[in-house]
Amino acid sequence: MLEFDVRCRVGGFALDAAFATGGGVTALFGRSGAGKTTVLNLIAGLARPQSGRITVEKRKLYDSTAGIDLPPHARRVGYVFQEGRLLPHLTVRHNLLYGNFFNRKKNQVVAFEQVTELLGIGHLLERRPGALSGGEKQRVAIGRALLANPEVLLLDEPLASLDAPRKAEILYYVERLRDEVRIPIVYVSHSLDEVVRLSNSMVLMSDGRVLGTGDVREMMSRVELRPYLGRHEGGAVIEARVAGQDLKSGLARLEFGGGALEIPDVEALLGEQVRIRVRARDVSIAITRPAGLSIRNVLAGTVVDLADDEGSSLDVRLDLHGTALLARITRKSASELGLRPGLPVFALIKAVSIDRRSVGYA
Amino acid sequence: MWSLSPAETTALLLSLKVAFWSVAASLPVAVALAWILSRLSFPGKSLLDAVVHLPLVLPPVVVGYFLLLAFGRRGAIGAFLEETLGITFIFRWTGAALACAVMGLPLLVRAVRQSLDAVDRGLEAAAATLGAPPLWVFATVTLPLILPGILTGMLLSFARSLGEFGATITFVSNIPGETQTLPLAIYAFTQVPGGDGQALRLCILSIVLSLAALMASEVLVRRATVRAAGRDA
Repeated sequence: MLEFDVRCRVGGFALDAAFATGGGVTALFGRSGAGKTTVLNLIAGLARPQSGRITVEKRKLYDSTAGIDLPPHARRVGYVFQEGRLLPHLTVRHNLLYGNFFNRKKNQVVAFEQVTELLGIGHLLERRPGALSGGEKQRVAIGRALLANPEVLLLDEPLASLDAPRKAEILYYVERLRDEVRIPIVYVSHSLDEVVRLSNSMVLMSDGRVLGTGDVREMMSRVELRPYLGRHEGGAVIEARVAGQDLKSGLARLEFGGGALEIPDVEALLGEQVRIRVRARDVSIAITRPAGLSIRNVLAGTVVDLADDEGSSLDVRLDLHGTALLARITRKSASELGLRPGLPVFALIKAVSIDRRSVGYA
Repeated sequence: MWSLSPAETTALLLSLKVAFWSVAASLPVAVALAWILSRLSFPGKSLLDAVVHLPLVLPPVVVGYFLLLAFGRRGAIGAFLEETLGITFIFRWTGAALACAVMGLPLLVRAVRQSLDAVDRGLEAAAATLGAPPLWVFATVTLPLILPGILTGMLLSFARSLGEFGATITFVSNIPGETQTLPLAIYAFTQVPGGDGQALRLCILSIVLSLAALMASEVLVRRATVRAAGRDA
């Protein structure tokens, strides 16, 4: 549990942000320059606020009214930096144990063997950081932060400097971390794919301010936040269960409350829960069930509302028996079809519009 | 021909002793000064910087003369040290070491400061978030990373001490066995008729000594650099 409520001014940049997180992964999302890294630095004590309050698990790290300002080494905040920051003169083993030395008497979050197994770094222990790949460095950095027994783990765009295969590799390890280690994680990112794949809740930031916080699915469907989530990237998030894998066609059948989706190249196993991001621009609307169609996913639902947007296109919010879905269509189509709240419609989603990056473990 | 006479051995050993202690005594001071100049900003910083560098540009005789004024029997610091601690610098080998330390300090401070400026402060911040208090961070992160700079500075200041002449002869005079280091012995031989051969022998000795120091430090610096860069040795 992290509570953050801080005002701070660094040079010409002003930050005035407040939010609280529960367990699991909280994504700090926003464009570069929104103040995400500044928030992490404030939590870790590497930047100094003007006023406010920061508490972790009821422990005050900073409180301007009470005059509390713990130094970084007393905060018990695990920080994984964008560029790893492994100590170059120490071996991987000594990097991992560096923080452990100071915190070994406290409650162990994880054991050394568990960390090396979880992150797959057991074979690297005697190497030096200069000889590691980018992905290996980040895994060691995560392990090092964990072994210092932190009460919260901060990840600052750990994938930013990695190529696509390495990104997938680290994402897999962060997912395991989230599921196997009971520690709240704050994950800074400007990639919606990562956020959707990893996070339970989301803090949306812009220009040093918090625009909204909440459940990722709920945030994604909030139309007023769309400009900040990226005009072409916004959409709904659906949690579904893998009900079938057809090896011949390469399609997986994913079932959820509102029906079923057929999607290619899903790596999850039968019965596993996955999270799928469906971009609004990939969803079409028909008022009668179409036939003779290449589109594989046709889902029945009703119109909830239409966003009163300026411009040539607008967002239609659909309800698929309890599951929210967003469709981005032209204003002209909306008026020609006569879309209005309560109208029963069919949502059409091309299977190939959902790529591997849009699917993650729930 | 190739064996050293007792007088030559005495001068050589004295030179090494003086150089060693001048480097050893000035190292902590130099690291502290370098840290202050690299990390802090305060009014008068450029003045401190200039004062540290003065011995580099002043005639060594001037430094020696000021040492004589300050650390002589009747000098303010000299009198105080003699009364309270019983330490005498004037006309002693300790005085020669002090003169060498002052003359070598700018070289040592410069080398250490340059590597301090080059240290990634992010690494120190990372160590702090892992629970390491500031002094511990300095000892386990900063020091190992600036080790190449420290070794370079130590070599420069060591070599400077071996060659120091003006400040030493002004401050502690030219006393065989006490303050007569190699350069002073060479000077003494050139002042007596027929001393040329002796002077030349000591000159060759000086060259061999300096070359050995250079090569030894080169090896050490290379090793420390590999370590600090994080490559597998």
